[in-house]
This record gives sequence, structure tokens and C-alpha cells, in this order.
Amino acid sequence: MGGTAAKGAAVSVRDAILADIRGALGPRHDAEARDTVAARLKAHKRNVIPARSAVDHAHRTQMFIEQITATHTTVTTVVDGAAVPAAVAAFLKQHNLPAAAVLAPDIADLGWESHPLLQTRTGVPLESDQVSVTGAFAAIAETGTLMLTSGAGSPITLNLLPDNHVVVLRRSQITGTLEDAWDALRAAQKPAASAMPRTAMFVSGPSSTADIELTMYLGAHGPRRLHIVLVED
Amino acid sequence: MQPTSFLFRENVSKALLDTDLQTALYRVDKNFTSRRTAAVTALPEFDALRDDAVRIKDHTLAHLDLYLEKFEEKVVANGGHVHWAATPDDAKRIILDLCQSAGARTVTKGKSMIAEEIALNPYLEAHGITPVETDLGEYIIQLADEPPSHIIGPAIHKTKEQVSDLFVEHHRQYGKTQRLTEGVDLVAEAREILRPRYLAADVGITGANFLIAETGTSVIVTNEGNGDLTQQLPRTHIVIASLEKIVPTLEDASTLLRVLARSATGQQMSVYTTFSTGPRRADDPDGPHNYHVVLLDNGRSKLLGTEFQDILRCIRCGACFNHCPVYGSIGGHAYGWVYSGPMGAVLTPTMIGIDEAHHLPSATPFCGRCEAVCPMRIPLPKMMRHWREQAFDKKLGGSRHRLTLRTWAWLAQRPALYQRLSRIAVRYLAWRGRPLGRMHDLPFAQGWTAARDLPAPQGRTFSEQWAARQRRARP
Repeated sequence: MGGTAAKGAAVSVRDAILADIRGALGPRHDAEARDTVAARLKAHKRNVIPARSAVDHAHRTQMFIEQITATHTTVTTVVDGAAVPAAVAAFLKQHNLPAAAVLAPDIADLGWESHPLLQTRTGVPLESDQVSVTGAFAAIAETGTLMLTSGAGSPITLNLLPDNHVVVLRRSQITGTLEDAWDALRAAQKPAASAMPRTAMFVSGPSSTADIELTMYLGAHGPRRLHIVLVED
Repeated sequence: MQPTSFLFRENVSKALLDTDLQTALYRVDKNFTSRRTAAVTALPEFDALRDDAVRIKDHTLAHLDLYLEKFEEKVVANGGHVHWAATPDDAKRIILDLCQSAGARTVTKGKSMIAEEIALNPYLEAHGITPVETDLGEYIIQLADEPPSHIIGPAIHKTKEQVSDLFVEHHRQYGKTQRLTEGVDLVAEAREILRPRYLAADVGITGANFLIAETGTSVIVTNEGNGDLTQQLPRTHIVIASLEKIVPTLEDASTLLRVLARSATGQQMSVYTTFSTGPRRADDPDGPHNYHVVLLDNGRSKLLGTEFQDILRCIRCGACFNHCPVYGSIGGHAYGWVYSGPMGAVLTPTMIGIDEAHHLPSATPFCGRCEAVCPMRIPLPKMMRHWREQAFDKKLGGSRHRLTLRTWAWLAQRPALYQRLSRIAVRYLAWRGRPLGRMHDLPFAQGWTAARDLPAPQGRTFSEQWAARQRRARP
């Protein structure tokens, strides 16, 4: 975009803004300020954390389920990964949906072929897809929130385009707080790469709007239904 | 948009007589305030979180240049681009350039107050690019060709019937001729109309609730998921954000998120909170190929170190709107510019000038509710007072208004005279109010007595009563 002249102008606007800021902030010890900023960015220090998330894992699971079901989300629990396809089929049947779903590569190896009546495809969704099934990176008990990250095995549009979104969540993925989830994310990323995936979505229920007379309606643009299949592990 | 803040009095008169608006404002008060109270009461740490939130923003503002540099460095390291805009014109030109080089004809937009601030839509339209608002509220006011009337509910002033009328008028071109009356059907129709627009858009523009220096990330918060579709489907994602949106770390953003949704809608978390970092990665099957962040100053850097610096802590939750008796009576449009409510009364004069906007900081009873509910503890009444002082020094406002203030100031500085005069006034009013103890008519106060009686003072002045009480208490 633009030529070198435009680029030159952009640089000077940048420097002018930064100079304005420094001028307005007044004199300071610059090296010290830089050290303060660098230290703060590295420390990942936590601020006040609500005490309610500090419970053992069993209670954390219970808290997560209570919180997310309070926001129009449904949850079914299954004993292992092999039981997931049947749980998805049951969800589709319950809502009179066609027995077809598009799967995220991450959860494509759960033995879907053993359910020949359930038509599945793996990859990004098409406009016509009504149901997607994805994994999750983590879940947060404090607020009843799913953390969904983009990656080769987890196309981000699967979380948004189809009307029905089924999330396969392993019990061990439920953390207490957002901060716990960030630590898990930092630990999971390869050190050389960025600390962040392109997208990290925190989802607390199906899409909704209150833009008409402050009345809530589900399914504004994203999924109308959000269903979690919770796998004991 | 062309400001009409100088017509504030006329705007107010219109708003007070608008029965649809009054019904809508009643709904705001009934819904938002009780939901916020419930959410805040349910979290014992809420006030401690507010203290942390204030500390985070104050620290960031004190090192704003350094955090912005870090942010830029990280965006670039993740394959994105940062563009700096000193003025709204800079920002519009940069965005148009980006849209044109992407060959864009249609642009989808997530809700952004900064896009409203720079008046992006008319500019894009004038250059042959069609902007499509995707937040349902923004979509409704785009069809109505109106500015937002609330920062988190842009169309809260519209009734369902008005939305039905707009949809009939504008959706006819898509073959929708039936007038819908149910909210659920209106939402479904908007979804059906907008879905192909998302898929056809070449560029998606969103705002940002936060920018994170640690990772070069922009964060948006929505309930509809419109901001997500807007940024994930087109080839190019442009973020337009003002520079005070920056926070240091993911942990800091997490703390602010805990107070944001609770203060705004009474939710613990909005339905979608999305952290976006750079364009899609090499092995990502979807997501945008290009990621641009346009950082807008528009006078904010000049507020640092002034009595207005604290307004830069604002996270645009709207709590001050929902709890303001003035906003609750007149709605957002009467303020005459993009931002309204108490935060708008403080921020607007920084952008369109106190000459234009001097009515806004005067429209307050100083009840202090805005500051009491502000998650960022912004001293809004104090800053409105600073604006009033500036307006007075600049001789703004009517001569009668100024004379009243000057007389009052003169009198208030002479306590003996003040007390003597108020003693006379109290006795005169008590005599005049006999035998009912109230007056139907009073010179200089017809504005009040035209519509209701004024109760007459029933006893002595406060100072007299206080002195008598002290005498009695003495042994």
C-alpha cells in the first residue's frame, strides 16, 4: 500500500504521537521506566483473583457446569472419548437435526466411522453445514466459559458459522480462572513461536442479542445452540 | 458527524416530549441497573478488582509511549501491521488505503465507537466502498441513518415497531415484503440478510476493547458473535482503536474483563471475548490473511498530565449512562455528538471543543452516581466541574446564567450578608406560602411553579437551627 512517501509520512506521525505523549508525561528517568515496563511484561503477575475458583477439581467441574448451563448451554457427560459420537447423534436427534456434522481435525479420531448413520466430514464449515463438532483448549470454572483456540486442528469458523456448535471437552481441561488458562496456553506453545494463536475465543453460551427493546434473543449471528459433551478422563 | 451539542436545550426539549424515547429510557433504567447490582453483589472481590483495574490503567498511562512501542513490536513480530493516526482524517485515509489495496467493495464492521468518532462510514461510502454494520443495534441505526444513542446499546431508543418499519423499508430489495412484529423474527431476518454480507466482504473492521502490549493482541467483546464473523471471514482484518486501549499483559486484560461485562450488562463475561493476534498462521485453515491495527490519538495524548487524564481510564462499559438521571431523562441523541452520558460530557469537549460542547458538563445535578458505579473510579463530576470553570473563564453560556453565577459567588464569599439575606428570604417565603405551606406561583421560579407547587420553608434557616441546637446541647 502507498508509496515510500506515504510510508515516510506514517513514520513521522508515529514519532509525533510518541513525542506528544512523552512531552505530556513530563520528565522521567527513561532507562528506569524501560526496565519497569520490561519487568512487568515478563512477570505475568496476577492481580486480585476471585476466591470462589479456588476449589478442588471435582468442585471446579461442578462450578463450570452450573455456570455455563445458566447461560442457555446444555451439557452431557460421557465416560470416554469413544462414547462421544453416540452423544452427538443423540443431541442431533433430540433437536430434529439431520444426522450430519462437520468435525474439527482435533476430534476426528474418536471413532466416528463406527456410527455409519452419522455423516461426518472434517475441515472448515460450508454455509450449508448445520452442525459443527470441535474440541476446546480449556474451560474456565469461575465464569462458565470455554476457551477455543485457532490452529491446524481447530478451524476457528467452526465455532461461528453453523447454527449448532457441539464442543467436546475433557474434564481435565477445566481450569479455575482465565489466568490458569493463560498459563496453560503459554506452556503449550512452542517457545520459538508466538505466545498466542491467531485467535483465542472465550465463549460463555450461544450467540445472543438484546438490541431490540433490551429483550434477549438467541442466535443473533453465531450459533443458536451450544452443547458440551464432557468426557471423563 | 456534525455536532449539535450547542443546541442542547432544544435537543432536550424534544427528547422530553418523545414518548417512545421515554419508554425506552425507562427500560434502560429497569434492566441495566438491576442487572449490574446483582452481578456486582455476587462478586465479593468486585471493589478490590476495581482498585486493581485503576492501578493497571494508571500505570499504563504513565508509561503509555513504551507500552505502545512494545505493542507495535509484537504485532509486527506476529506478521501484522500497525498504523499511527494523529487525527480522524489520518485514520480514515489509512483505512481507505488498506481497503482499496485489498480491492474491497464491501466492508463488514463490528461495533466500534472509534469508527463513529472518526465518521468512517460516510467517508468509505463517498469513496465507493459499502460499509455494512453487523452488530444488530448498529445495523438498525445504520438503516435509520442515526448516530448511536448509548455506547453499548446503540439502538436502545428504537421501539420494536420502528425496527419493523425499517426492516420493511430496507429489506424489500432482498424480497422480504412481510412486516414482522415479533422480536425473534426480526433477529432471524437480520441474521439471514447479513450472513451473505459477511461471506462476501473483502475487509472486516472491528474496534478493540483492549490492546495487549505483551502479545500484540487486540480484544473484542460481543454477545452476538458478529465481531468474530467480521474478522474471521474476509481476507483482511482491520482493527481501529484509540491508543489508551492498551494494557500490559494478558493478566491485566483478565482483570479488566472481570469488571467490564458486570458493569455493562450484568454478565460475568460477555458471550464472546476474542483475542486476536496477527493474521492466520501458516498451517491455519481459516482466519484473515492480513491483520492491521490503526492506532488513533485524536487529542488523547494531550490529556495526559492534565486534570482530564483520568477519562483515559474509561473502558466504555456504559454504567455511568445507565445510572445517570440526566441521561435517563433525555437519552443519548440530545448530547449532540458520538459520546453521550457522563463520560461523553467529559470526553466530548476534548474533541469538539468546549465552545461547542459547554452545555454538556453543565447538564448534571452532581449526584455522583456515575462516579460511584464507574468500574475505573473516574471522578466524572470533578472533571465536569473543571469544564464548567473553563467555560466560565471563556465567557460561554448566556449572560443571565453568568450573572447569576457571579452574584452567587460574590454572596457565598460573604457569610454574614448571606445569612442575613437567607433569613429574610426564608421568612418571606414562609409568609407567602400561607396558609397551605406551598406556593402556586413565585417570581423567577415560574419554570418550577408552572407545573407544580413549590413547598414553602417551614422554619428557620439551617444556620439558625444549627446555632439553636448547639446552644441547647451546651450544659
